[in-house]
Amino acid sequence: MIQIRDTPLPRAGKAVGIQTIGMTMRFGSFTALDNVSIDVPAGTFHALLGENGAGKSTLVKCIMGFYHQTSGSLSVDGHEVSVQSPKDAATYGLGMVYQNFTLVPSLTGAENLVINRAHVPAVINWAKERKELAAFMERMPFKIPLDRPVRELAAGEKQKLEIVKQLYLGRSFLILDEPTSVLTPAEADEMLGLVRGMTERGELTVLMISHKFHEVTRFTDAVTVLRRGNMAGSGLVKDLTTKDMAAMMIGDVKLAELDTRLPVAGDATPILVVRDVKAPDRTGLKMIDIGNLTVRAGEIVGIAGISGNGQKELTEVLAGQRPPEAGSITVKGSLYGATRRETRINNVRFIPEEPLNNACAPKMTVTENLAFRTFDVKREGGDALWLDMKSMRKRAASLISDFKVKTASHSSPIASLSGGNVQRAVLARELTGDVDLLIVSNPCFGLDFSAVAEIRARIMKARNSGTAVLLLSEDLDELLEMSDRIMVMSDGRLVYETPALSADISVIGAHMAGHH
Amino acid sequence: MEDTGIGLWGVPLAIFAGAIRVSTPFIFVSLGESITERSGRINLGLEGTLVFGAMAAYAIAVMSNSPWLGVLAAMATGAVFGLVHGWICKFPRVNDIAIGIAMMQFGLGLAFFLGKPFIQPVAPHLPSIPLGGWSDLPQIQSALNINVLFILGALLSMVFWWAFKNTRVGLILRVVGDSSDAARAMGLNPDTVRLLATAVGGSLAAVGGAYLTLFYPGSWNEGISSGQGLMAVALVIFARWNPIGCFLAALLFGGAGALGPALQSVGVTQGYYLFYAAPYVLTLAILVATSSPTRSLAGAPGALSITK
Repeated sequence: MIQIRDTPLPRAGKAVGIQTIGMTMRFGSFTALDNVSIDVPAGTFHALLGENGAGKSTLVKCIMGFYHQTSGSLSVDGHEVSVQSPKDAATYGLGMVYQNFTLVPSLTGAENLVINRAHVPAVINWAKERKELAAFMERMPFKIPLDRPVRELAAGEKQKLEIVKQLYLGRSFLILDEPTSVLTPAEADEMLGLVRGMTERGELTVLMISHKFHEVTRFTDAVTVLRRGNMAGSGLVKDLTTKDMAAMMIGDVKLAELDTRLPVAGDATPILVVRDVKAPDRTGLKMIDIGNLTVRAGEIVGIAGISGNGQKELTEVLAGQRPPEAGSITVKGSLYGATRRETRINNVRFIPEEPLNNACAPKMTVTENLAFRTFDVKREGGDALWLDMKSMRKRAASLISDFKVKTASHSSPIASLSGGNVQRAVLARELTGDVDLLIVSNPCFGLDFSAVAEIRARIMKARNSGTAVLLLSEDLDELLEMSDRIMVMSDGRLVYETPALSADISVIGAHMAGHH
Repeated sequence: MEDTGIGLWGVPLAIFAGAIRVSTPFIFVSLGESITERSGRINLGLEGTLVFGAMAAYAIAVMSNSPWLGVLAAMATGAVFGLVHGWICKFPRVNDIAIGIAMMQFGLGLAFFLGKPFIQPVAPHLPSIPLGGWSDLPQIQSALNINVLFILGALLSMVFWWAFKNTRVGLILRVVGDSSDAARAMGLNPDTVRLLATAVGGSLAAVGGAYLTLFYPGSWNEGISSGQGLMAVALVIFARWNPIGCFLAALLFGGAGALGPALQSVGVTQGYYLFYAAPYVLTLAILVATSSPTRSLAGAPGALSITK
């Protein structure tokens, strides 16, 4: 067999099991992880559930040697081991696939694999490496092009390459951190199915951090639930219902409920009309081409699609950041160029993805960020010359309490807030006052249950009060829950439209994957 | 025209010779900068490094009577300048562009200060290789008298291009330049890699300076550089961080620079000053033509940033 291993210890293709006993991690007086014992036998697929801040990442960082636990121990295959660094973890065959890819975008797949090895020859003999890689890939269930730069790969391919990288480096216990968050349902099912196959054959043990229940019930053997640093429960997946798991995760917190959906009036006025808009995408090689997109008052139109299929360009066109080469955008019947004046007259509001970078000035205070829509208008109308700090502060205070934004002070920089609270703050700014058109992109990405429920409830409330909402999301569950109509964007075009009530996930998935 | 003249053929010939003569310092500075930028850092101080290298090379050549010792001395000083830049930049909240500008002024000032006694003496020149022996025409013979450093630069650009793809060092450089996080995840220290890359970049830039004083124009004075060190930084971006691209861009730039003198030599007496601006106009035109507000720059190292 060819030598592709990093370390001699574990045998290739032979899973190892791990066990933590009384794992406790304190940061000063704060206990992030309190006496957590989990058992993941060799060749099993184990899920780790929990809200943001529940201690999931603290636990896996202790296992991987990024943190050194205050007390407790880790065993690999029944022997207690001391893991001081990720390097030590690698010696025992433990590896982790992070949520944000650690692949280097400008290198090819093959280059990424080879450079990650512990011993890279000074001059790389590519003919020999290619042959060995091909032989290695034979044994992998994943098929990935290794000779293209990673940045050209689809998210699903990157995720598979991350897993392949770990296997190539000889790891036989993998931690997957929300591995399907950027994949289509079909991609996710395929990837998890293949991973599941490897665990069943005893080649791999997997601990997967997730908060998608359907993945947990469909693919994993057992589950451990963490809440506020404590073990909230664990068990075999076949003995638990989704409801049990949800109860373990959130405890007795009451989630915000969606308003009942009011029916869309048959004669609701179209607010946003996009006709035959063409614009180049960021590579300049492809075009996005939106034939006909209409959003009427009081409805949510959801746009599904794998990221990188032109959604970002579409939002940029609607936000005036990317000039269209052809076509027209009208809002409430008049041409719309996304100037500040037009935005204000038409009550258009915008929540882009990653709002901290795209809708905030990170180092300015929460108060200032909340005033971005209003600071330059006087209360009685007309342009303001001087900032009215007093009313800005008053307004900020009321928005912060209305939208339950958790911040140390009103004058903290907005960058110091957690992701969910930045999202709430931006939502507070964008949803206050009259809103006729709301454009939202991935509003709940990476947020926990209660924040997600809260934000979705706010958007639904806006819809019911007559706002036209365009919702772009990579999360199909979110679109199915929120939208009245769903359109699928693939390769820069809207290729499919369906009412959300009668939507068929497999048809949507097929269109997302480009089979249309 | 006289009998020995070659008439209008003199223009392309002069452009060819000029391209080689003028481009050599650009080749070295831009190759050095391409290495530094590929590691994710910009060194704007190369103008200072180049001038200091020019001075150091001349001074050592005068004292030792060996031009090659001069080149080595220039490389050593260039590496020191690079190390200082790289060392300062590893501190948090230090901006590599600001440090670069400070280092440029520092290099210029120090070179002028230490170089005063060497304006008068004459240093030995670097050799050139006569490739024009087959021709009887003296013009062709002199145009094909190609300096050694140019050939070295051409070879280096090919070696670098190959090394970026096929060596461990090349891959590590690209990893660090593209993503500091990925580099740290594989146990590399981005600061160390960048420190070394800046040192190598500085020593190559100093070779460009040595060419100026030891070959063409071949003497040391305070006006020796006409901004080659700064233009080369732009050439790297123009060449999209590709070493062979750097070499070709430097040649193009050199050829355009030779246009003015070439026209003057065949008797064009009006407006040739305009042609002296040709390289700059050409650079601007190509940059405008190849850039776009709606498209991201392909090939730019991901960790390269002006906001650090």
